[in-house]
Amino acid sequence: MTHTITLTVNGQKYTREVEPRLLLSDFLRHELGLTGTHVGCEHGVCGACTIMFDGESARSCLMFAVQADGHEITTVEGLAKDKDDLHPLQQSFWEAHGLQCGYCTPGILMTMIPFLKQNPNPTEDEIRHALSGNLCRCTGYQHVVDAVKLASEKMREIED
Amino acid sequence: MKPASFDYHAPNTIEEVVTLKSQYGDDAKFLAGGQSLVPAMNFRIAQPSVLIDLNRVSDLSFIREDKKVIRIGSMARERHLEFDASIEKHAPLLHEAVPFIAHPQIRNRGTIGGSIVNADPAAELPVLMTALSAKLKAKSKSAERWIDAKDFFAGMFTTALMPDEVLAEIELPFAEARTGWSFMEVAPRAGDYALMGVATLVTLDENGKCKSAKLVYLNAGDGPVDAVEAAQSLVGESLNDTLIESAALHASEKEINPFGNMHASAEFQRHLAKTLTKQTLKIAAERATQEN
Repeated sequence: MTHTITLTVNGQKYTREVEPRLLLSDFLRHELGLTGTHVGCEHGVCGACTIMFDGESARSCLMFAVQADGHEITTVEGLAKDKDDLHPLQQSFWEAHGLQCGYCTPGILMTMIPFLKQNPNPTEDEIRHALSGNLCRCTGYQHVVDAVKLASEKMREIED
Repeated sequence: MKPASFDYHAPNTIEEVVTLKSQYGDDAKFLAGGQSLVPAMNFRIAQPSVLIDLNRVSDLSFIREDKKVIRIGSMARERHLEFDASIEKHAPLLHEAVPFIAHPQIRNRGTIGGSIVNADPAAELPVLMTALSAKLKAKSKSAERWIDAKDFFAGMFTTALMPDEVLAEIELPFAEARTGWSFMEVAPRAGDYALMGVATLVTLDENGKCKSAKLVYLNAGDGPVDAVEAAQSLVGESLNDTLIESAALHASEKEINPFGNMHASAEFQRHLAKTLTKQTLKIAAERATQEN
């Protein structure tokens, strides 16, 4: 039996018919074509599928699309205004070489946005702790940490 | 990896929840935060035919003080426990331990009730409930009952809940005066399953002697392991290094029963238990002297 759901993704409203077992990650990718949300392990370990659910980071592979009915979701596609106007966090990943293959990057960005909101001036330790739920197999994390640090500076400047 | 098909119900009230559960019994699983159930479903280790989603039941997600207890709805998120002022003040052990539960993304979704009912021996919350002498309210269509945490955990992934019951509420007594606490665990990486962990409480009497103590271990048996003999050995005494050493030795050698796994042998788990017991007892005893 399918259910009708209406949800907001990156500010746009969608109504779709879904089977209850459809994971939110697959819904975003296959139903809405938002393939920026990556699927790594599909059991909540790697963090690649992290999105923002009502403003808080969450694993989209550990939720069913039907649960998102009436809720607000932000994916990595919702960050930049356009391709020449990146979010300061994205710009910092570019400048500080915070990614190599890029597979883990959307999940890391969607984890760091709420983290930086809550903690605008984090120490390196705090950044590493906040990153612990996201696996990266290329960078060794050092440049990711640098990028988040740079982003926190840029974002504080914007705030001021 | 895709879950098998199931029928989905998303009730809005606790009455609808218990009605559905009485109808479907063991065929139905509750969907709380989904941070353990959904991975199991993705792997098809779990294939429930019915899911009753508790996320839309608004009167299950509260945290409030009520006289000398804290009442917590079973759907309160771990992230909310982490930042709750009442918990910080009156259940500081829980406040200290919650950040050890998985990662922030998981705590944003994971619930206190979900983790308790999942009864994973390696999880923090069952251990904390046991250490804090929590009372757990089970509700069915026809009745409701309170179960002491020590009687709730009935083995690996097994609880005292009946097939028609839902865990509705958790009651935590305020920490007594002159109670110190400490929670520590060792994990290969922050947020991973811990190899060993212990929740420790020490309450001192007016003369600075130990009035009561609690030592409860995770990943040390088929549920939370309450080392009652080691804790009892401290009662009536001043907590000095010799006493702490012998309690730690007794708990780690005689009372816990770790199985060992690919990350740690049982012997290494016992070693960790001994070390953590000593460290946490010292911190808890020190804090107890500062808590009036």
